[in-house]
Amino acid sequence: MGNTGDSSGPCEATHARRIVVCRLHVNGEPVAVAVPAHWTLLEMLRYQLGLVGSKQGCDKGDCGACTVRVAGDPVLACITLAVACDGHYVETVEGLGVGGEPHPLQRAFAERGAAQCGFCTPGMLMSAAHYLDALAVADAPIVSTDAIARALGGNLCRCTGYTKIFEAVAEAAHEVVDRSALLAGGDL
Amino acid sequence: MPKHSPISLPQRSTQPYSARQELPKLPHVGRSPDRVDGVDKVTGQTQYTDDLPFAGWYGATVRTPAARGTVTAVRFLEGPNWSEFAIVTAKDVPIHAQSVHAPDTSHGPSEGGHDTAVDLNIVQLIARDQPYLVRDAFRHKHEPVVLLAHPDRDIVAWAATKVLVLCDELPVILDHRVDPRPDQVQHGADNVLKAIGLRKGAGEDDAQLDAVFAAAPVVVHGEYDTGAQEQAYIEPQGMIAQVWLSAHDQHRPGWPSHPFRVRVQGSLQCPYYVHTAIKHLCNLPDELVEIAQVATGGGFGGKEDFPSIIAGHAVLLAMKARQPVKIIYDRVEDMLATTKRHPCTTYLRTAMDNTGKLLALDARVRMDGGAYVTLSPVVLSRGTIHAAGPYEIPHVRIDAKAMLTNTPPNGAFRGFGAPQTIFAMERHLDVCADRLGLDPAEVRRRNLVQVGGTLATGQVILEPVQLRAWLDRGLAAIDWVDKRSHYKVFNDLQVADGLPLRKGVGLATFMHGCGFTGSGEVNLASKCKVRAAKDGVIEICTANTEIGQGAQTVFAQVAADALGLELQDIRVIQPDTAQVPNSGPTVASRTAMVVGHLVARACDDLVRRMEDGGALAQARPKAMDYARPSKQSDGRGGSWQADDLRQAVAQVAGHPVMGEGWSEYEPPPGVIWDDVAYKGVAYGTYGWAVYLADVQVDTTTMEVKVLDFVALQEVGRVLHPTLAIGQIAGGVVQGLGWALLEEVTLDAQGAMKNANLTSYVLPTMADVPTIRVLFEEQPYAYGPFGAKGIGELPMDGPGPAVANAVAMALGCHVPAIPATPEKLLRWSTLSA
Repeated sequence: MGNTGDSSGPCEATHARRIVVCRLHVNGEPVAVAVPAHWTLLEMLRYQLGLVGSKQGCDKGDCGACTVRVAGDPVLACITLAVACDGHYVETVEGLGVGGEPHPLQRAFAERGAAQCGFCTPGMLMSAAHYLDALAVADAPIVSTDAIARALGGNLCRCTGYTKIFEAVAEAAHEVVDRSALLAGGDL
Repeated sequence: MPKHSPISLPQRSTQPYSARQELPKLPHVGRSPDRVDGVDKVTGQTQYTDDLPFAGWYGATVRTPAARGTVTAVRFLEGPNWSEFAIVTAKDVPIHAQSVHAPDTSHGPSEGGHDTAVDLNIVQLIARDQPYLVRDAFRHKHEPVVLLAHPDRDIVAWAATKVLVLCDELPVILDHRVDPRPDQVQHGADNVLKAIGLRKGAGEDDAQLDAVFAAAPVVVHGEYDTGAQEQAYIEPQGMIAQVWLSAHDQHRPGWPSHPFRVRVQGSLQCPYYVHTAIKHLCNLPDELVEIAQVATGGGFGGKEDFPSIIAGHAVLLAMKARQPVKIIYDRVEDMLATTKRHPCTTYLRTAMDNTGKLLALDARVRMDGGAYVTLSPVVLSRGTIHAAGPYEIPHVRIDAKAMLTNTPPNGAFRGFGAPQTIFAMERHLDVCADRLGLDPAEVRRRNLVQVGGTLATGQVILEPVQLRAWLDRGLAAIDWVDKRSHYKVFNDLQVADGLPLRKGVGLATFMHGCGFTGSGEVNLASKCKVRAAKDGVIEICTANTEIGQGAQTVFAQVAADALGLELQDIRVIQPDTAQVPNSGPTVASRTAMVVGHLVARACDDLVRRMEDGGALAQARPKAMDYARPSKQSDGRGGSWQADDLRQAVAQVAGHPVMGEGWSEYEPPPGVIWDDVAYKGVAYGTYGWAVYLADVQVDTTTMEVKVLDFVALQEVGRVLHPTLAIGQIAGGVVQGLGWALLEEVTLDAQGAMKNANLTSYVLPTMADVPTIRVLFEEQPYAYGPFGAKGIGELPMDGPGPAVANAVAMALGCHVPAIPATPEKLLRWSTLSA
């Protein structure tokens, strides 16, 4: 990967910058995108597809603001090459709601004041969405402080002190557990 | 199958909130409506600076390779096709120009005086010493030398690595605690950027103070250090500039000979700070410079002063490129080049009687200002005033200095000098308690200021503080007495059994002054405008920015209740100097209290103008059914039927007199400050707080785990409980980071070695407990509906509270933060 094997930088690469075509599903839509081979998934989403909801906070995989889901898993888009996502399903914050309705996490974040400056929020939501989906298919789903902290431990927030984010995720997680119990014929 | 989880959530509430005291119920204030920017933020629709549609060139900055010296040459290496670039150096910026504006007095009288011929290449702030671009001499590593712009953002970043800055180096000074050698002096005769003396009682006279100390039963000395801290807003700094040259200059190279128009958009806290800076850089009158704030991903002070520099760079490139130019810092550049919290060393000497009553305080404070003056004088001022804490001390002498060092300038960061000196005093009081064999809470109880008492500046406390009662509530909340005794037993057993865990509780009592210090608010003379819009909505026009704290939401709440209307009748305008008056910067815990108050008063003015102009002649009056907003605001909109008022608002839209309401800051009576003697009412009011930490230390790794944290504060009326809790919890965790994790390490050239979020460690959700936020509410008569400021207060307490808890756990002195595992190992080994 990278720019034609020439290590001297992108300027030389402008003359022979290798373009690759990625075919993937983004938020449910099939797309074919021509991108420079050295571009990251984040660059492809932001510069090529105009999906600027995913943020660049550190460009080194430290802060989690770029978190999106690839094949269901949370992935740091700033350190994932676009070509590596060829053939995959990619989900970003723009695709989080269903049929025009906000995702339960989005509602909980808005109502509990979990988004302050909002810059970490898209990545935070994508990590939380993965946690919720895993909870929904768990044999014995339990909402625990440790599990939430683990699921969101890779997403930095500087505004909230995490208290309100934790509350919002826990609330949405409770809904998932209650729904699972209902589906399992529980006595709610 | 387990159905229910072990987590119990607090009830989500839009109901009126009240702490213990019953306050009058209001329709919006004191409740927690969803924040106005919430939906856009959770759906990813909010556009930050780098998200805006942009057609233009990208900028990059080439910086100095050493800490101090003179640039001898700039070499453009092979590789980039340099003819494709716009390139700007200091040579492009005129040295002498006839200034077209009055001096900037927002920080008080200009220290440099007002020259008619000025170097445009100077960042206009308090002093005139920092250049936008190095002309020849430089004072810190990573100081800007060359600016590049190019249509391709990859190429410009790469090209910046192909510019070589050659220099002759000069001796540097990196330690603010030592006086400079002659060859290290770069500012005045001694590198002192600012010196402040504060005196009370016998502190006025050195011999008398010595006598007090000589006669005192208990004298305790101590030296305390606090480190630099990175603001670490998650959105890095970024600016977009656009320039419209006159027809005369459009095809002419060089600096424009005719006035031109500039528009800057970006991530910033203070539109009018950038406005002042850019009009000086471009030598343009007010109306030709427009600064607009874009949705901003956190600030914490880091986007108070520094955005002026990036904005200036983007403007210079846009002038050269004849294109809009965008500069977005990546995280590494942001951490290397922008400001940090001032490192600070505080030497304290206290005299006490045998009961723990403070007789005298003698303090020497030294802050590390970095390479230029920037905001250090005012940071030092707040640090000095807060050094004596919320205590009644008869005799005080504080000498404080901000010193030049060859690091990037330290700048504004939440708390603004106060967390540094408060750490020293609060840690010191625990040392004193230890010496006296008293409970640390008891030592504080005996010294906390009461109504009628005087602070170090001589300010008499007239507001109904009940610090002892608040201390008791905080102690009860964390179970202080039981935990102290249980933890002593627990620690003894762990030691006896050779086990590694230790536990401790610690506290801090402190205050934080709301708004600008001393005469600062009077100098600012902030203005606010509200205007009637055609759709019947009232638009709030202030320069105060939404940076996550919820400013837009609380302004809407205040305006709705000041007018007797609903939230949907209010629209808060995104700050843009072309649209909004100068209501001052978004700093200093002043936005809700000072500017929110201006919003209420501007609403009054709008209604008064409509009454006087006859627009409400047909409107039906109604009895005011709740309290007026403040002693200076009558909330007269509430005396008209809401439907009639709405209708009238739609009709006066655009009317030159009735269509607008204005307000300008008026100091509350009795707020008088002497900036020379450093005496008087330093702040119109204070937030008061008791913070308590419960920690466990694993002595195998020296990892500190915060088990519980109680943040209790009196902040006047809480305007929006959910937002207030969020802001306080955020400040506490930022404080915990400063206390335990966040360590800025410098190389031999004064540059940050760990300029990334891998090795500069921020707290994550896994590192902190749920912060328990408690309020007391004593309405302040000159804040909107009784509100005070809350933004900075939560930064002050976590450092000392957690350090005191760790000191109890380990049984050793904790003289500095961040108290990293390495340091804890050293200190605990030394004491053992």
